[in-house]
Amino acid sequence: MIEGILIGLKTALSFQNLMMVMIGCFAGTIIGMLPGLGPMTAIALMIPITYGFDPATGLILMAGVYYGAVFGGSTSSILINAPGVPGTVATSFDGYPMAQQGKAGKALAIAAYSSFAGGTISAIFLLIAAPSLSKVSLSFRSPDYFGLMILGLTAVAAFSSKGNFLKAMMMCVLGLMLASVGQDTLSDIPRFTFNTMNLSDGISFVLVVMATFAMSEALTIIFKGNDPSKAAKQISLTDLGSIKVNKEETKQMAATIPRSSVLGFIIGVLPGAGATIASFLAYGMERNFVKNEEKEKFGKGSVQGLSAPETANNAACSGSFVPLLTLGIPGSGTTAVMLGALLGFGIQPGPRLYETNPEIFWSVIMSMYIGMVVLLILNLPLIPYIARILAVPRTFLIPMILFFSVTGIYLMSFNNFDIFLMIGIAVVATILRLYDFPMPPLILAFVLGGLMEENLRRSLLISDGSWSFLWDRPLTVCIMVSILLIVVWQIFSTFKSSKKIGMW
Amino acid sequence: MKINSVKIISLLFFVLSAFYLYTAHQIQVFAFDEGAPFNAKTFPIYLGYAGMFFSGLKIVLPDQKPVEVDATHLEFKKTILLVLTIIVYGATILKVGFFLSTSLFLVFSYYFLGERRWKYIIIFSFPFVALFMYLLHGVLQVYLRDPLLKFIGIMG
Repeated sequence: MIEGILIGLKTALSFQNLMMVMIGCFAGTIIGMLPGLGPMTAIALMIPITYGFDPATGLILMAGVYYGAVFGGSTSSILINAPGVPGTVATSFDGYPMAQQGKAGKALAIAAYSSFAGGTISAIFLLIAAPSLSKVSLSFRSPDYFGLMILGLTAVAAFSSKGNFLKAMMMCVLGLMLASVGQDTLSDIPRFTFNTMNLSDGISFVLVVMATFAMSEALTIIFKGNDPSKAAKQISLTDLGSIKVNKEETKQMAATIPRSSVLGFIIGVLPGAGATIASFLAYGMERNFVKNEEKEKFGKGSVQGLSAPETANNAACSGSFVPLLTLGIPGSGTTAVMLGALLGFGIQPGPRLYETNPEIFWSVIMSMYIGMVVLLILNLPLIPYIARILAVPRTFLIPMILFFSVTGIYLMSFNNFDIFLMIGIAVVATILRLYDFPMPPLILAFVLGGLMEENLRRSLLISDGSWSFLWDRPLTVCIMVSILLIVVWQIFSTFKSSKKIGMW
Repeated sequence: MKINSVKIISLLFFVLSAFYLYTAHQIQVFAFDEGAPFNAKTFPIYLGYAGMFFSGLKIVLPDQKPVEVDATHLEFKKTILLVLTIIVYGATILKVGFFLSTSLFLVFSYYFLGERRWKYIIIFSFPFVALFMYLLHGVLQVYLRDPLLKFIGIMG
């Protein structure tokens, strides 16, 4: 492991990669800060740029963007009570009241220190857990992988869709349908191409991500008439106050950070749970841990109320890399985007990544830590200046996002068809978003579609067409039972609520 | 059962899944692959059924959390204008070239979204795109197709 850490450090500390971490963190902070634009949009906008670099550098850039976007999300939560990402909603509960009391600088500092500590602790967990899990996952076979992928999709649909399980499952199926367009990987038979050459290679992953996130998010902001810059005018972005944290506050944070880190990491590892659930659970857990007098302060600017969700959401970010790096199966929409980008580099994450591309495996883990340091020493002092970006009017912001989206596709294919296809998908995604159809399950399914079909093909061919592979091995049975429990529970709860409403 | 927009979307998804299933059955596989345990149409067929199953359930079951969208607050005009501008941008980017089409796209988008400060509109369109092109084409050596600038002799 020491050897691996040294390889990782050597790669991550090269001048180019250090620059990428810095640029990534900086760009991610700016994009993540803008309400409505989250880490997925930030990473999606970066993908065309990453293809100009080697895979390790590309992934380091994306990891930097990811952390930067989560940090940026906290900034808008604290300053304008408009979380840039769902994972920072809980941050606004105590961060915004603190800012209203004239302690915006302090709130941002507490958020930054907590994020740093949470990210650092969970990066250490990742360092220990990932290699061990990689070795265990080498014993996984095709049926297990097939089961794990379905488990990932159903878990994301169940946990991240806020009670819209069926809508999320429909989005999963739509993602898989989009992934099936193009030539079959084994037989080269064209499928759903409607005799168009433009579709014979399938639909590009970057196109789908740009359309469903960057472009459709921009269109949604316009369609709903949201103006982030209006919210920014409510609080002074030029005078944020001192960023110094006193002894008492440090003591309070020291108690909160370890427990929130552990919780965040565990939640992050679970497929579908991610930063949002981790931050809410940490907030709730912290409220139960503190004394009654401190409990009263929750929601009114409590240090622990701010520190707990910030620690947990960053810890969950590191945790979400565990299934991606060890199994090759992303547990969240953001890591799904990263998996898609890696596949674009010709790299298949999974247990073999640890052996075949150790420099990627280790440099990503090490760059996470470097990213944390960069966020703390670079972004925190710059926050008063970066925060002014919140006041950029949407009249300029939206066309810029649309321009970067179209340019990203144009540079990749030099093809009108792809641009029109992207616009079409973006318009459909905008309408679906309006009615709360979640997009992360679609992306996750789109990325996993090819791998899922490959593993199902292998399993069915080995078992000569029999579905007995689903219950041949105890591990597969466990996975299938988990899937069944999630699906049955979700459908049952829909029936139950239907009865309550009086429809059944 | 109340008919609402979500039900209509689910119904459309059901029809899409049925069409997908029909098209999946039409996929021509090799003769020797016809009876194989798995061929090019196996997975799409399962997907078609899955799509019909989930959308069917969504149609039949009432919404747990009904979505209320107030159409009077939606910016239809601006959104449609913006989408049309992107379509025109997409249609012209190859023929007219990156510089002019992108700059004009930005000018029109800013204007349609309500921006009237021409100083900023101009700064964040033509010079901005020129700088972006210089960074991409000149510094990062990324190929940009621009017949117009090539014709004028600015780009090689």
